[in-house]
Amino acid sequence: MPALDELEKAYFALGKDRDFKREIDLLLKTYVGRPTPLYFAKRLTDYLGGARIYLKREDLAHTGAHKINNALGQALLAKKMGKKRLIAETGAGQHGVATATGAALCGLECEIYMGSDDIVRQSLNVFRMRLLGANVVEVAIGSRTLKDAINEAMRDWTTNVRSTHYVLGTVFGPHPFPLIVRDFQSVIGREAKKQVLDAEGRLPDYLIACIGGGSNAMGLFHHFIDDGEVKMIGVEAGGRGIVPGEHAARFAGGSLGVLQGTKSYLLQDDDGNILGTHSVSAGLDYAAVGPEHAFLRDSGRVRYTFATDDEALSAFELLSRTEGIIPALESSHALAETVKLVPGLPKDNVVIVNLSGRGDKDVQQVARIKGIQL
Amino acid sequence: MSRIGKKFRDIVKRGEKAFIPYIMAGDPDLGRTVELVRILEDCGADIIELGVPFSDPLADGPTIQKAAQRALSGGVTLHKVIDLVADLRKHSQVPFVLMTYYNPIFKYGEERFVRDASEAGVDGIIVPDLPPDEAGNILSFSRKADFDIIFLVAPTSTEERIRLVSKSSRGFIYYVSITGITGSKLSMDSSISSHVSKIRSLSGKPVAIGFGISTPEEASEVARFADGVIVGSAIVKRASDPDASLREYLLSLRKAIS
Repeated sequence: MPALDELEKAYFALGKDRDFKREIDLLLKTYVGRPTPLYFAKRLTDYLGGARIYLKREDLAHTGAHKINNALGQALLAKKMGKKRLIAETGAGQHGVATATGAALCGLECEIYMGSDDIVRQSLNVFRMRLLGANVVEVAIGSRTLKDAINEAMRDWTTNVRSTHYVLGTVFGPHPFPLIVRDFQSVIGREAKKQVLDAEGRLPDYLIACIGGGSNAMGLFHHFIDDGEVKMIGVEAGGRGIVPGEHAARFAGGSLGVLQGTKSYLLQDDDGNILGTHSVSAGLDYAAVGPEHAFLRDSGRVRYTFATDDEALSAFELLSRTEGIIPALESSHALAETVKLVPGLPKDNVVIVNLSGRGDKDVQQVARIKGIQL
Repeated sequence: MSRIGKKFRDIVKRGEKAFIPYIMAGDPDLGRTVELVRILEDCGADIIELGVPFSDPLADGPTIQKAAQRALSGGVTLHKVIDLVADLRKHSQVPFVLMTYYNPIFKYGEERFVRDASEAGVDGIIVPDLPPDEAGNILSFSRKADFDIIFLVAPTSTEERIRLVSKSSRGFIYYVSITGITGSKLSMDSSISSHVSKIRSLSGKPVAIGFGISTPEEASEVARFADGVIVGSAIVKRASDPDASLREYLLSLRKAIS
């Protein structure tokens, strides 16, 4: 609790600091490469034959995913707080790479916790983190995926709290993390709103984003929440189907609970123990979802659904062929919902899909699934 | 007054210190837990802490994590631990404190949990992931049932936080000796004694120290400025040792805590 109080105080103080904001804005522009484009996907639109599809190209941000928006912000925050060391959890490795990048940029030490299962399926990102000077710590207990990596990172933070900042990678965990991460990610929706107004002269009819913890979705949705005419869809990982242990669709198969300092929807058994999860995408393979998504679901503002492994894999290949863009497997879940939804929409409707990351990291795994030796 | 409150009152009156051992309920099975409770009582335990296995024990180091996994794979749940205490209560008057995480209690239902646990003879709980700021509901249920909710203070706690914990905690206050997780290495320095005396002066409640205490020497050192000493991981590690050597170890702790 004292660490959270300290973080909240520092964050609110820096939020009002003009120099801090200027420093972040300059880095977002010159280092991350923002604003990322809003791209009209003409061939995918023609192929599906319904609404006009725009892709918010977070895959073009430095390090290849939206994760850098938050990691960079928190790295700068940590430096201002006088911390010497960053730690983070990672599932797909994108947040680990982004944090290692932020640490290198700010001259901080860096340690990344990653489940042993994820280390196997995301070996490329493990090597990238090491190149960036981070130490990758294997977590071989429990589910050996993102959830246990968070547990270990929290244990480290408890132990080394005086010198260390924990860069939580998603809109989860105890306050103020969900707020800080959403704020740093909300640049996605702020840009997308301006860009779609420039391109179409009006707001979109739909926003679609995939949801693990939910940071890319919160980032896209946040500045549209008050625009009632914009419908929003969050897509969870349906894995091999909604059977306990075979998916990570918390809204479809979960119930209210408290995990890692957050009250939200969880995949749990009747005794309150957390269930195992499965998704083809390491970044969505997690038993809980950000608390603000739980709120948006209960209030009815956002509709939540899921895509299975197979649907995501086929969307992964579809976008690669039609647009020449290889999407992350996480983002492929948002694309899978797009494939289901768009053919039934009028041609003058506008849909924005958050292409939260690029798929280079997933190429080896997809080859393995297809039985292709590289 | 709760059983824990009475126990501390008597101990303080006698000028002694409380020995509070921790074991993981159901590790490796509930039968062994019954045996261990008897051994702990024989060896002079004043209060017994029973760990409830949870899938994601954030405050625990590898020793207790593994013990929890063994208990979970044997099918031990919060319900079963409450039933176990009801059985133990038939023969024992030692205060039992459950150490668990918040989600199993939340899922059980807070009001129902406090009722069932206190009816079974559980005297209090320690919930490391539940700060007093978020404990309004369970505190109000527990007041009616004379059921103690024991909160933790860390070395990094500010005076403001110590005041909040002091006000809310009942039975005793749990001072975490290190910034870290259970079973870590203890580093003895003067800050422990100054923190504990500060907590005492702000709260007037008994303070027990835990996390990282494993040898009789450490227990004896810590006992100098606390009202009680909690030993967990070091006992959990020996839970399957032959009874004679386990007893010898426990007696050496008991002797050191005076």
